[in-house]
Amino acid sequence: MKYAGLLVMPAGFLLTLAALVLFADPPRRLAFVFCGLAVEVMGLIVAVRGHMPQRG
Amino acid sequence: MNPMPPMTPAPAAAMSDVAIAVTLVLLLLAPLAIAGLTLINTGLGRSRSAAQAMLGSLFLGAVAAVVFAIAGAGFAGLPGNWAVVLHAYGKTWSILGLGGFFLHGLGSATPQAQLGLLFEILAVVMAVLVPWGSGADRWRLAAGGASAVVLAGLVFPLAAHWIWGGGWLAALGTNFSLGAGFLDGGGAATVHALGGLSALALVWIAGPRRGKFPREGLSTAIPGHNAVYVQFGCLLALVGWLAWNAASAILWLHAPLTALPGTAINTLLSAAGALVATFTVTRARFGKPDASLCANGWMAGLVASCAYAGLATPAESLFAGAVAGIFTPLLVEGLELALSIDDPSGAVTVHGAAGLWGLLAAGFFAPQPGQMLAQLVGVAALLGVIFPLIYLLYALLNRVVAFRVDPDGERMGMDLHELGGGAYPEFVIHRDESYR
Repeated sequence: MKYAGLLVMPAGFLLTLAALVLFADPPRRLAFVFCGLAVEVMGLIVAVRGHMPQRG
Repeated sequence: MNPMPPMTPAPAAAMSDVAIAVTLVLLLLAPLAIAGLTLINTGLGRSRSAAQAMLGSLFLGAVAAVVFAIAGAGFAGLPGNWAVVLHAYGKTWSILGLGGFFLHGLGSATPQAQLGLLFEILAVVMAVLVPWGSGADRWRLAAGGASAVVLAGLVFPLAAHWIWGGGWLAALGTNFSLGAGFLDGGGAATVHALGGLSALALVWIAGPRRGKFPREGLSTAIPGHNAVYVQFGCLLALVGWLAWNAASAILWLHAPLTALPGTAINTLLSAAGALVATFTVTRARFGKPDASLCANGWMAGLVASCAYAGLATPAESLFAGAVAGIFTPLLVEGLELALSIDDPSGAVTVHGAAGLWGLLAAGFFAPQPGQMLAQLVGVAALLGVIFPLIYLLYALLNRVVAFRVDPDGERMGMDLHELGGGAYPEFVIHRDESYR
């Protein structure tokens, strides 16, 4: 969990790059870029949760 | 992948002598932003770590400048220099600069290139100081210096090449018709988002200050030791930022000199809007305005303005600054209370989140079609490549040079433990503070 989120974030970036390369029409490109960003944000949330210190 | 001169956009017309002189004067004022950040970091820490915080700022800045001059500047490159280029999908992706190590060729470079290099040296010094504030009271000087080597030698140059050195983010406009490519005139990405993300990696790896998160109840408040340092740092930072954003508009956005008053007005309005918003939010939430959170809001407005000061209208700058000022106190509080992130200087929010917000706001405000998409791709690169890279390098570094001071040192205070003397030798430290 601690590192899973950090591994997911580059995958989101690759999805963003794929959107640039594979799609020329702006709406579809924008949708896939947002998908990539959403994956990155989810990875960040998982990483944040995994790094929460033990209370006390 | 092969080394070759990258196919970058044609460089802008050569700067006039007047523009060169004005830019140089502005860059000589820009270190006031670094001085302001140093004072803020010190004031938000504890009195028993104040000397270490100040010396650490100088030390990290010095290490970063030396490492960047030796290696980083070569990796950052400038448009037209040699670079590692990837040819894929019919496009040219410039990944990393290759040339100018040890500042080779600086003497024969154009004044514009020399000014760009000076700007980047100041930018890398600023970038390494951002996480230093987050590691207050527990981050060792040696580890801070090692992190400065990593940031100035590889991470910052990588981002700087992508954005300022004719790299693939700068070429999004020519390669994919996305506006003018990724726009980051003042370093909202290369300096602040990068610094804020490295601060997040640091606080995860170093852990919270001792006693910050007790077993039960809310987190322990550890207020900064000198609000005057913090507020004066904000004023110093304003002067530096006005010069910084104006210089960056000339260097990276190729703005004419006549655009500089507008850039300065946008910078000031962004900070002012942010402070008014933070003042209002903290007064509404706590009954009284909070001095350190208001300082954080002011800085968040300045940080966000780095991205759009050269592009936006005054009204847009005021709006974007106000948005930064609204989310800053809420996010600082949320990160601490909900996610147990111990960030004494608030750098994760003030530099990381506000920098990312500024980049997105620049996409909204820029007139070119497709600019928003270019900004989104840049943000994705920061979150998906730069942040994991920083975390990986910090985690490896932590195995070689332990980030966190030992418990006795933390109890004693970083000044006594690392420097052998306190910042305020005439102060008496209470027993309950020494052994809490």
